[in-house]
Amino acid sequence: MERLSSFIGPLVRPVRSVPLAWHLLVGLLAFLVVATVIGSSSQYLQTRYAEMAFFAIAAGGLTLLTGLSGQLSLGHGALMAVGAYAATLVLERTGGETLADVFVALLVAIAVCAVVGVIVGVPAARLHGPYIAGATLTLAVAVPRLANQWEFLGGEQGLQVPVPRAAELPAWIQDLVWFFTAAEIDQYSFLAYLGWLLLILAFVALANLSRSRVGRRWRAVRDDDVSAELAGIHLGRARVVAFTVSAMCAGLAGGLMAMNVRLTAPGAFTITLSLTLLAAVVLGGLGSLTGALIGAGVLAFLPHFATDLGESAGLSATQAAEVTPVVYGLVLMLVILLAPAGIVGSLRLFLARSSLGSSTKEKTT
Amino acid sequence: MRSTARRAAQVVCVLTTASLLAACGAGKERPSEDGTAVGVTDTTIKIGAHFPLTGPAAPGYSEIPSGHEAFYEYVNDAGGVHGREIEMIVKDDAYNPTNTSAVTNDMILQDEIFAMVAGLGTPTHRAVVQRLNDDGIPDLFVSSGSLQWGDDPETSPMTFGWQPDYEIEGKIIGQYVKENMPDAKVGLFLQDDDFGEDGEKGARQFLDSQIVDVQKYTPGGSTDFSPQMSSFKSKGVDLVLGFNTPSYTALSQIAAQGVGFKAKWFYSNVGADPALVGGLLASMTKGKIPAEQGVKLMDGMMTTEYIPGVDAPDDEWVKLWQKVWDSYSKKGSEKLTNYRIYGMSQAYTFVQALQANGKDLTRESIVETIEKEGASFEGPGLAPFRFSEDSHLGISGVSVVELKNGASEPLTPVLVTDIGDAPIKEDDSAASDAPPSSGIPE
Repeated sequence: MERLSSFIGPLVRPVRSVPLAWHLLVGLLAFLVVATVIGSSSQYLQTRYAEMAFFAIAAGGLTLLTGLSGQLSLGHGALMAVGAYAATLVLERTGGETLADVFVALLVAIAVCAVVGVIVGVPAARLHGPYIAGATLTLAVAVPRLANQWEFLGGEQGLQVPVPRAAELPAWIQDLVWFFTAAEIDQYSFLAYLGWLLLILAFVALANLSRSRVGRRWRAVRDDDVSAELAGIHLGRARVVAFTVSAMCAGLAGGLMAMNVRLTAPGAFTITLSLTLLAAVVLGGLGSLTGALIGAGVLAFLPHFATDLGESAGLSATQAAEVTPVVYGLVLMLVILLAPAGIVGSLRLFLARSSLGSSTKEKTT
Repeated sequence: MRSTARRAAQVVCVLTTASLLAACGAGKERPSEDGTAVGVTDTTIKIGAHFPLTGPAAPGYSEIPSGHEAFYEYVNDAGGVHGREIEMIVKDDAYNPTNTSAVTNDMILQDEIFAMVAGLGTPTHRAVVQRLNDDGIPDLFVSSGSLQWGDDPETSPMTFGWQPDYEIEGKIIGQYVKENMPDAKVGLFLQDDDFGEDGEKGARQFLDSQIVDVQKYTPGGSTDFSPQMSSFKSKGVDLVLGFNTPSYTALSQIAAQGVGFKAKWFYSNVGADPALVGGLLASMTKGKIPAEQGVKLMDGMMTTEYIPGVDAPDDEWVKLWQKVWDSYSKKGSEKLTNYRIYGMSQAYTFVQALQANGKDLTRESIVETIEKEGASFEGPGLAPFRFSEDSHLGISGVSVVELKNGASEPLTPVLVTDIGDAPIKEDDSAASDAPPSSGIPE
């Protein structure tokens, strides 16, 4: 054991000291694990994983904004809507049959959301706490309704989203997936792989950003804006950058959501979506990417779990449908009561306390 | 240095061998599509459907699956269909297309249903038609009258309609108004999607010159229709044609009272159930309009009918539904309603299709059976189905009725037609079909 650590230690240490390298390494390992899990799962679970991935991307962006830069956004559902509609409109034009179409659509979704992020971020940067929440809340209410105003957005019925069929994916991807998982790639597993690949890339980028000077500025602004300004940080700029980065994540998530749901309609982007995202972030632990991932997992799995549980307990379909939000609300309340810093935040506190405890013990003896 | 290189070489060799072995193992049996029917065993058939069990569209519509379930239990207790019992999975989509997509996904991948039967709603079902057809899953008897469930079997070969489509309903309403109320100034009250669009298309064939105002609403949007009713009032509308769901019948009535707009009302079948609308009026006005008075408020309203309902307790079909409901309803206290009858009537057609299909049931065979034999199915419908290779549209006609004390009185015989400029003809032939004595289609 000691030999092993003495062998690995010098290898790992230089990597750990460079955040980008470390994050990339962790990301790569994570993708290998995730790909194995996705490859060996049923189609049903694959769709759940894909859902978890796009929720996690949006929650990751939001946790950065709220946890690091201290801006509370209730409008991320609207930003996801912008991304979803942008991606859908591109896919409609291109037919969305090749991998390139998919990436172009997602890039356009990110770009459009970056622009919207700047437009919203500039006025939002002048606002504090509840006022930002209020301003972004109006966004969440108003934006999805725009779809009813213009014919090309499809109205209440929404727009159908074409997704690449497995047969039209490049042969090397099909072979690669076949080679490693001995399963044919289909649209379900494709969307799961795509979602998690982008999730990991996005999280590597976000983790890096938060360790960089930009991230430190955000924390400084969050903790005390006066002293941050005295230290030469441009408050407005830091806040707008944070909002824009977060909006780009929401755009990417929206684009992925459109492909997964196969329909982009205003009904998907209600105020509830914005609130659920916030709930996921709070649930997992504000400011922590791992927390966002856990929160997204809860979002993707808990409602189905609750409905299944209700049905297996002999409730009728209607009752099971009604029980789901109750279970969801209870879980949220329990987490806030028992782990006020969120799941990851509270775990961290616990670990810190116990290691502190053991180190003080060592000293006294 | 040398040892590192050697070790690297060893690692590469091992990895290559391992992956080649893995590739060989995998390459042997790259599976092809199998032809067996998912969701069907020797003793069971599993079907599924999405309904609004919660939310604003739930009143009334959430009762339809209970009708299905009661009739399937009745059939199962009599030995099932070709020895198979029918099991139905119902999922709530709250009339939100995004939810429909999610729950349909669950039904296909998790519950592995054989077919979707009676999924409800125009905007909702539209979200999943493409997927069901892509995956080759039969999508039978959609609970909606949109044209897209049957006017183009080439694009959607697995999808079949059931009730009369909104275009022929619009045509028959349009012709009736033109012949009987040629001087009426008509206002259209439409759901802003294919439902309203198809109905308007049919009505305009006859009423283009009589329509003076069109007002639309989005489900889930505003619930105050005073502006719309004021607009009708200011344009002198004296007959409103409504292609809307029941909640919006109640809301439009409340708003019309509010702004003092009086007119003759003609709601399409979907939005005109007197018992339900009466109840909605009572709950929406917090009892200011009691349910009985709400039902009275509907007196003199016109609508259409294509299956016998609770107001005709002596009808042979209604007697059968009453018998089934009395013994198989989950909660005995709940009454038989028109929505439960609607569900049982659909269930009857599905059982009929399974019977006609025979013991060898596949997803392709059920579609073929309905195309070949569906047009001759005898059932509660007042007019025959139009099922064929070229059309998957459902019941071909309606009769115009007027509401009196919550019951309907026919104003016309059954009028049968088809989409486009097909003529409207009187045809009472299917209205006299009676159920078999067992109550189960043979």
